[in-house]
Amino acid sequence: MENRALNLLDEALGLDYQTDPWPLRGKVVLIEDCVETSGCFVLHQLLKRTLSSQSPNNTVIFLAFSHPLSHYDRILRKLGCNLVAQRENGRFFFFDMLKLLCPDEKEGKTGKGGFTALYWKIQNTICALPENNKNHATIMIDDMSLMEVAARGSSDHVLDFMHYCHTLTSELGCSLITLNHEDIYTSMERPTFMLQTKYLVDVLIKAEPLATGLAADVHGQLTVLNRDFCNVKGSSKNKISNFHFKVKENSVEYFYPGTRT
Amino acid sequence: MAESMCRTLRDGSLEGEQAPALTVKDTTASPFGFHVFSHVLSQLSSFILGSKSQSRGIVIVAFSRSPSFYVDLLKRRGIDVNSSHKWVQILDCYTDPLCWKDQLMGSGNFMDASLGTSSSLSRVCKDVKDLDKMYSMILELGKGLVGQGKDRFSVAIDSINEMLRHTSTPTVAGLLSNLRSHEQISSIFWLLHSDLHEVKVTSALEYLSSVVASVEPLHQTAGGKRGDLENLSLLEQNFGKGKLQVRFKRRNGRVRVVNEGFHIDQSSNNFTSVSSEDGLVNQINQGLVPKVQFNLELTEKERIDRAKVVLPFEHQGDGGPIQIYDGRRSLTESKTEATLSSSANSQKTDSGEGEIIYFRDSDDEMPDSDEDPDDDLDI
Repeated sequence: MENRALNLLDEALGLDYQTDPWPLRGKVVLIEDCVETSGCFVLHQLLKRTLSSQSPNNTVIFLAFSHPLSHYDRILRKLGCNLVAQRENGRFFFFDMLKLLCPDEKEGKTGKGGFTALYWKIQNTICALPENNKNHATIMIDDMSLMEVAARGSSDHVLDFMHYCHTLTSELGCSLITLNHEDIYTSMERPTFMLQTKYLVDVLIKAEPLATGLAADVHGQLTVLNRDFCNVKGSSKNKISNFHFKVKENSVEYFYPGTRT
Repeated sequence: MAESMCRTLRDGSLEGEQAPALTVKDTTASPFGFHVFSHVLSQLSSFILGSKSQSRGIVIVAFSRSPSFYVDLLKRRGIDVNSSHKWVQILDCYTDPLCWKDQLMGSGNFMDASLGTSSSLSRVCKDVKDLDKMYSMILELGKGLVGQGKDRFSVAIDSINEMLRHTSTPTVAGLLSNLRSHEQISSIFWLLHSDLHEVKVTSALEYLSSVVASVEPLHQTAGGKRGDLENLSLLEQNFGKGKLQVRFKRRNGRVRVVNEGFHIDQSSNNFTSVSSEDGLVNQINQGLVPKVQFNLELTEKERIDRAKVVLPFEHQGDGGPIQIYDGRRSLTESKTEATLSSSANSQKTDSGEGEIIYFRDSDDEMPDSDEDPDDDLDI
C-alpha cells in the first residue's frame, strides 16, 4: 500500500520496512489502555497487519477472553481482512476462552488446570504448523485482566502461563501481543502483576486520552516504547514515539501532535 | 563504581568467611538492572578466562533468559565461548520451571523445543519450588567445573523475583546464605526488581549482600507518580541512562556509598559507566538545573566582583572604629554628603572594592531598629 509510510504506528514498531524476518519476531508487546481511551483498535490493527498478504508465513493464535469470534470478524471485515477465510486457510486460530474458569487450587495441582491445558493446546497448535510457518506464530491475548479473572484472581498462575509463552518467543521466535487495562491497578499500592508483565515486555504501546481533555478530531495519543532498542533501525529516533490518533469507521489515522487543525 | 564491584567479586572470599555477595536492584522507573547484571557477568567471565580471579568457573542460574541467550551474550561481549564448557555451566530454570512441557511430552506429544547449541552447558531444572534440590544442583554443576578440591566457583542468579514468586522469602534467604557459606563458592551475585516486593523483602536481601548496586533514574518523577509515561520528556531523559548507587559493606563494618552515572550503548546494548568525575557531574548537573529563560550562571567578572563586596559587618574589629550602620547616619554625620545624595551611604571605600549602596525612600521613614514590632498589638 502506498500510504504505508504514513502509518506512524507501523513505523514506530518497525513494520514499515519490508523486512524479513518479521520485525516483531521473538518480541513481547504489551498494549496498555484505560477506560477513557480503549486500546483495542491497536490489537485489531496488529492482527490485520500480521495476517496481511505481505507476510504470508505469519500465523495468529488468538486467545479471546473478552469477545466472541463474531465481534472480531465484524471489525476485521471492515478493515479488509476476513478472519473466517484466514481460519480456513490455517493462518488464524481462534481460542474462545470466554467460559474458561480455572479449577480450584487443589484440582490445579494435578496439572490438568486451565492454563496448563491452554498452554499445551498452544504448543500443539504451533507444532502442527507447516515447517515454514513454525517460526512465525503470533500469540495474541485479549485481555490480561480477564485472564486474571479466569484464574480466580491468582495472578501467579497467569504469570506462569506468561512465562511459558515467553519461552515460546525465545525458543521458536513467536511473538506475544497482549492487551491490558492500566487503570484497574491504579488504586493498588504495589501492582505486582502489572509491573511483572512490564519487566517481560520488549515493546510497550500505551493508549491515553489527551492531557488537554476531549477533542473532536483527536481520540487520544499513543506512546510506543521500544525497550529492546538494539534491533530497531534508526534506533535513536525510534525508541520512543508519541503521536495522536483518530479511530474511523474502517481505518485509523495517526498524526503527530499539532499537524491537525 | 562498576569496576570496583566487579573487583570485589573477582577477589572472592577469604578462608573461613562468607563469600562476597552483590545485589543488583532496579525498578520500572529505570529498568536497566539486567544490563548491569550482564555487565558484571561478562566482566567476571573475562576475569575467570584470564585466570585473574579467585574463582575458576561460574554457574548461571537462569530464570528469566534462556541458556542460549547467555551463550550469545558472552559471544557478543567478545568472550571466547569455545572453551566455555570448562568454566561456565547454566542451571536452566527458564525452559520448564513447572514441568508443564515435560508433562506434555509424557502424554505423547513430543516437541524438540530445547535448542541443541547450549545443551552441553546447561541442565534443566524442572521443579523450581524445591530449593534444596536447586542448591544441590548448583553445587553439583560448580563442582563439575572446578572439581572437589580447593578451587572455587562463582554463582549468578538472574532473577530473585521468580524465586520469590515460587517459594517464600525465608527459603530464598536460606538458599542464598547457604551458598555464601559454602567453602567452594568464591562470590555470588543476583538481580532483583525491588518494586515487585515489599520493602522488608528487599532489605532482607540487601542485608545478605556485601555490595548493593541500585539502579536509579537520572530524573525522578515529580510526586512519585506511577504512570511513568505521563511525562514524555522525562521518559526520554531517563531512557538508556541512569544513576548507579553502589553501597560497599567492608569486612571491618565500614560502609561506603558511591554514585556513578551510566548509559546503555544504543547499538550494542552494552553498559558503559560514566566514570570520570566531570562526566558524571556534568550529566547530573545538567539534569538538576531547571531549564529556565533566566541566566542563573555568573560570568567570571561577576564572580570576582561579588567576591569583593564587603558585607556590612565584615570589616568590624580590624582596628577601625566600630560603627553600626542603622540607616540614619547621613542625617547626623555629614550634611554635605546628605545634600549631595540625600540618601544614606556607608563610608567611602577604595576604588576596586565593592560597596553596598542603600537609598532610603524618605527621611520620614523610621529606621527598622526603632520600630516596635508589637506596636500594633493591643496588649
